[in-house]
Amino acid sequence: MKLTVNGIEQEIFSPPLTPLLHVLRDELDVTSPKAGCQQGGCGTCTVLIDGEPRRSCLTAVAAVDGSEITTLEGLGEPEQLSPVQAAFHERYAAQCGFCTPGMVVAATALIERKGGPVERDEVLEALGGHYCRCTGYVKIVDAVMAASRGQTGAREDEPETGEEAPVMIPGSPA
Amino acid sequence: MPAEALVPTSAEEAARLYGDGEGVVVFAGGTILLPEISAGRLKPERALMLHKSGLDGISTDGGTIRIGAMTPVSALVGGPSELISRFAENVGDGEVRRSATVGGNLCATAGVGAQRGDLGAPLIALGARVRSTGKGGERTEPVEDFLAGDRSGRLVLEVELDAPSGKWGAETLRRRHAHSYAIANVAVASNGGGLRIGVSGVGPTAVRARAAEQSRNPDDVLRDVEPVDDAVASAEYRRKMLPVLLRRALDQLETA
Ligand SMILES: Cc1cc2nc3c(=O)[nH]c(=O)nc-3n(C[C@H](O)[C@H](O)[C@H](O)COP(=O)(O)OP(=O)(O)OC[C@H]3O[C@@H](n4cnc5c(N)ncnc54)[C@H](O)[C@@H]3O)c2cc1C
Ligand code: FES
Ligand code: FES
Repeated sequence: MKLTVNGIEQEIFSPPLTPLLHVLRDELDVTSPKAGCQQGGCGTCTVLIDGEPRRSCLTAVAAVDGSEITTLEGLGEPEQLSPVQAAFHERYAAQCGFCTPGMVVAATALIERKGGPVERDEVLEALGGHYCRCTGYVKIVDAVMAASRGQTGAREDEPETGEEAPVMIPGSPA
Repeated sequence: MPAEALVPTSAEEAARLYGDGEGVVVFAGGTILLPEISAGRLKPERALMLHKSGLDGISTDGGTIRIGAMTPVSALVGGPSELISRFAENVGDGEVRRSATVGGNLCATAGVGAQRGDLGAPLIALGARVRSTGKGGERTEPVEDFLAGDRSGRLVLEVELDAPSGKWGAETLRRRHAHSYAIANVAVASNGGGLRIGVSGVGPTAVRARAAEQSRNPDDVLRDVEPVDDAVASAEYRRKMLPVLLRRALDQLETA
């Protein structure tokens, strides 16, 4: 089997039903996708498979043989963060950071798909399956909206939505 | 021992490799199976992986819509039937729906503390049929018969339905969170004079509510289904809410 991971073609030797998550982490040493729940419920393992965000813990590696995989590592470099990474960093959208890889990857896909400023309900829809146990989500939603508006610096300019600060992802414990 | 993976590249090859299903685990999207395998609860020896079988895709020929078993649930959101879409959009979140398949939804059993197979309700209401193969060869039967029968030993190939032309109603009860499973789903559709009612999320498989169809009395839905207790809701709550949901769905039909 072959995968192109963050632009580099890799031959894969794990058994066919190995979750992509473990192929990335254990075989290829790409460790940003985290093994959170390993049952599809938390979103920290989300990666882009041929450009679409999917859960790597729910994906058997053989089912994506030949695909292009993008993880958090493939989005930017420490010295050159992607817009979403920079906005998360500048706007304190990460605390412990465990959920951040999946959040950033899913948010990047959302902004790419939209091709312009994303609104709060769109962020909630796209990230609604991602758990964060630290931030309370407010700063995450704020950072994604800001990144989609090219505001990747520190927060001085509010995203121009004319609304109150977001409260929470629907259904999450307040 | 890791599982042997069989990867057919056509529907015919899939059917041949499946045979009568003995000793073969069908692996579709894997959103149910892979967590079981990761946790060590399931150790398949032979897995029939369908991702290259060509069993995916939605087509319309004449008045018939065909939905391949491997069609991702995400493709039904905004797809050919608004009624199916209303239930498809509640399965997991977008990332789960890109992996979850229609065939897997029809073959899903109850999870730990939650019911699955939400799509059964709209498919029953729309009079959809399942084409499957396995022991005794290919057959096509109404969704409700397929679900009521012994699904083991069947490889689902596709679902077909007449392009919906009548009115419909849909009610879903669930907590407002991407990963919360259904408490109850009710789908109703009328075509000509006939009324069809499908219920899912209250027990291990979706059920056609024939008594309620005949009487049009929402309370009669409790003669058709036996709601279960699980981690999502109590059987008692489901019994209280089902007639309410059905009444609302029937009201939608009236006013559609
Ligand atoms: C976070 C999360 C949330 C979820 N929420 C919901 C929800 O709200 N509603 C809901 O209904 N489900 C939900 N699910 C369960 C699941 O994603 C869906 O039911 C999905 O449609 C299953 O399809 P699959 O292709 O992933 O199945 P798989 O895991 O591949 O297979 C499931 C079962 O079906 C069998 N099977 C699959 N395809 C065939 C076929 N063509 N022929 C014969 N047998 C077959 C398999 O052998 C297995 O026993 C959720 C799952 C997760 C992880
Ligand atoms: S580890 Fe994949 S969703 Fe939690
Ligand atoms: S920052 Fe800790 S889980 Fe989100």
